[in-house]
Amino acid sequence: MIAGTSPSLAASPTVDWWLDFTEVGIVRAATGKSELGQGISTALAQVVADALGVAVARVRMQPPSTQGSPDEGFTAGSLSIQHSGTALDAAARTARAAFERAACESLGVGEVTVVDGSCISAGGAVTYWQLAASVDLSVAVDPGAPQPLPAGIVGSTVGRRDLQGKVMGGPSYIHDLRLPEMAYGRVLRPPYRGATLAAFDDAALSGDPSVMASVIDGSFVGVIARTEIDARRALELARVAATWTGTPVSLANDDVVDFLTAAQADVTSVASSAEATPAGDVQELRARYTRPFLAHASIGPSTAAAMWVEDSLRVWSHTQGVYPLRNDIARALGLPRENVVVEHVEGAGCYGHNGADDVAYDAALLARAVPGVPVHVTWSREDELGWSPFGPAMVVDIAARHRPDGTIVSWSWNGYSNGHSGRPATLVTPSLLAYADQGLGSPIPPSGDPPPAAGHGTARNAVPIYSVGSISATAHTLSEMPVRASALRSLGAHLNVFAIESHIDDLARRCGADPLAYRLRHLEDPRARAVLERVADMSDWTHRPAGDSSGRGLGFARYKGTGAWCAVVVDIEAQERIRLKRMWIAVDVGRAVNPDGVVNQIEGGAVQAASWTLLEQVRLADGRVISDTWEEYPILRFSDVPPIEVAVLDRTHQPWLGAGEASMGPTAAAIGNALADATGIRARRLPLTPQAIVAALEEDPDSTY
Amino acid sequence: MDEQFSFRVNGRDETVGCEPQTPLLWVLRDLLGLTGTRFGCGAGSCGACTVLVDRSPVHSCDTPIWSVAGHAVTTIEGLSADGPHAVQRALVDHQAGQCGYCLSGIAVRSAALVDRAREESRTLDEAEVRDGLDGHLCRCGAHNRIVAAVLAAVEAPP
Ligand code: FES
Ligand code: FES
Repeated sequence: MIAGTSPSLAASPTVDWWLDFTEVGIVRAATGKSELGQGISTALAQVVADALGVAVARVRMQPPSTQGSPDEGFTAGSLSIQHSGTALDAAARTARAAFERAACESLGVGEVTVVDGSCISAGGAVTYWQLAASVDLSVAVDPGAPQPLPAGIVGSTVGRRDLQGKVMGGPSYIHDLRLPEMAYGRVLRPPYRGATLAAFDDAALSGDPSVMASVIDGSFVGVIARTEIDARRALELARVAATWTGTPVSLANDDVVDFLTAAQADVTSVASSAEATPAGDVQELRARYTRPFLAHASIGPSTAAAMWVEDSLRVWSHTQGVYPLRNDIARALGLPRENVVVEHVEGAGCYGHNGADDVAYDAALLARAVPGVPVHVTWSREDELGWSPFGPAMVVDIAARHRPDGTIVSWSWNGYSNGHSGRPATLVTPSLLAYADQGLGSPIPPSGDPPPAAGHGTARNAVPIYSVGSISATAHTLSEMPVRASALRSLGAHLNVFAIESHIDDLARRCGADPLAYRLRHLEDPRARAVLERVADMSDWTHRPAGDSSGRGLGFARYKGTGAWCAVVVDIEAQERIRLKRMWIAVDVGRAVNPDGVVNQIEGGAVQAASWTLLEQVRLADGRVISDTWEEYPILRFSDVPPIEVAVLDRTHQPWLGAGEASMGPTAAAIGNALADATGIRARRLPLTPQAIVAALEEDPDSTY
Repeated sequence: MDEQFSFRVNGRDETVGCEPQTPLLWVLRDLLGLTGTRFGCGAGSCGACTVLVDRSPVHSCDTPIWSVAGHAVTTIEGLSADGPHAVQRALVDHQAGQCGYCLSGIAVRSAALVDRAREESRTLDEAEVRDGLDGHLCRCGAHNRIVAAVLAAVEAPP
């Protein structure tokens, strides 16, 4: 294993936070990181099994809960394996060393060998579970505990243990959670942003015996009924009973770029180096890149359950952070934190700060009306696409100066965006949707950007990895937020990498260089070069696809500047629209805990990024999100997905890195570059729809080169 | 007004009382406790809720209960009488999923495709599978693994 420290150990410093051997033959392992469909629980079980020397089947990962799990903040930023994996590895090695010492003592030998949890010597054998009663695990986790010989579980492909149940249709998700006496709630969201409840005529509801309660709290409106069927009907009655007033938020899509560049903002310098005026012949390439608001668009709508017993609240949620959610709910309700318990139950795939936390608070507000009764709440598809926080719209301006031979001598980046994190318990007041509706006097405050140490938000991947001479990078994080925006997979890296890599390709073409050779020329990092060379090999880079409308593009980045290296080559055909033909991806995630899991994440990320890049755009009009159905917010379909080949570079002796977000930016960039290659059109406004491509040509004839 | 509706579900006779327009999806999940059929959109747009009615795939979210009275419904839980269907086995073997939320509907549709192909003693090609699944959304990007699994299932022993 790779020794290292994990910030998670600060809050949970002893072994017994992480591991439990009470049940014979079983290792219960705790984590604060949520299973989001990314397979983290399988990877963490592998880490524990490998370090302890037990079969992976013995390891049971406990879902995070504020009753007893380590507090590891959010499951975000591709840090789960670095944080939780590193902590669990150290805890398991510490435990193993303690068991080995105790076994030597009890067997009266100087050395034992561990085989599947049994400490074996010539003098006999004793298991971890036999020793558990006498070994004190309330000792500090020691990151320097001995490294056992690897058992080969880490680094090998282990099947996801949760998949079987899901494929058989077993109860697998919070949607399927059933508790005794459970009731079902629905929330009526306002008809537009800016609306407040003027009146509610509950006569219609009170005539329906299946309605257990309606809850009106400021402009928050919800209903509770015995069954989901009844709750659905009650919601329709509530819709008729409610009258709304107010002025719609005036943001429309067409205004987004103007709004982002004109709004009040916190301006931060992300990087700056003294600008030595380059002497001689220097040219400049300047361009603006944009993306719209994007939706999380999970296939399963946000869902939660909550139950009150006196002044204590229990919440079941697919949140990315049980502790932060608990803290924000307690703050919103004015309860001491210890009165609120949040337990993680898996939801559908989660790609950032979606509606999970909001619906948990909805459930808490509704359940308060029926003490002792668990209330289960599911959002509608329309609410999921219309009211979850969006991935922020962004504008990025890049100006690069270069010599006639293409050598880059200076680079400037300005990024304009709402902050990329409005997660629970990170803002001055609660950031739970219904809290703002309750009319307690505070709208949801504007989101902020994660600090540099956490990889930035707007400025994530703003600074190119290439040698670019002098650099200046300035983030403009908006201090107003008419449309709620927060973390979406890869944060600012999606647009920043798209912009940098588009710019680099144009610079290469200006000086007649091959895009791959040009990148390598400006790149020293050997691991960066290695993924580029690998993907060039896989795609047979110089052997471009034939045909007038065919194109090939390359995109590359090191995620966050500190994470995984990922290079993507895409072949497309650009006729009436862009069709993806093939994709090749090379990635270096350091030591891959579960290689097939890495491939799955990288490939899935590429498909999602392709969908954002080609199709997706939240559409706003009159304060309403009109893209609140799958017809209005299309995503990539089976027939659109090309063959994808992923190579995971062999880096057994390097520290492990996360894989969930590394392919987003490079995929977007490769598609844009393939379009330019196929058509000569440089389209800089995402998504790259046929209309956007035509507009790119019309708006700026110089967009060709 | 509630009315009684009788139909077969996974080989068993069931009778439920509800309004005639109630979507089959909610009857399955809410009244019969069969939560393997997933809710995704309620509008026939994502495929998550797919079940078989008399062996044809339908969206249970926009199928009113009155229309299945007297018919036979098969859900993911009853896809195969004895253990997992070849499609279900292949999906696990190929690790074809991340969150898996889309898989129940996809497995039901794919099982119908595969069973039909087998009855007609032919295989499926990739384009047929992709077209067949085009009404199913997957946000995790597991598409290619799913297609590979379905193609393998046609070849697998039943
Ligand atoms: S839930 Fe039925 S098609 Fe989406
Ligand atoms: S595996 Fe998550 S939606 Fe398909």
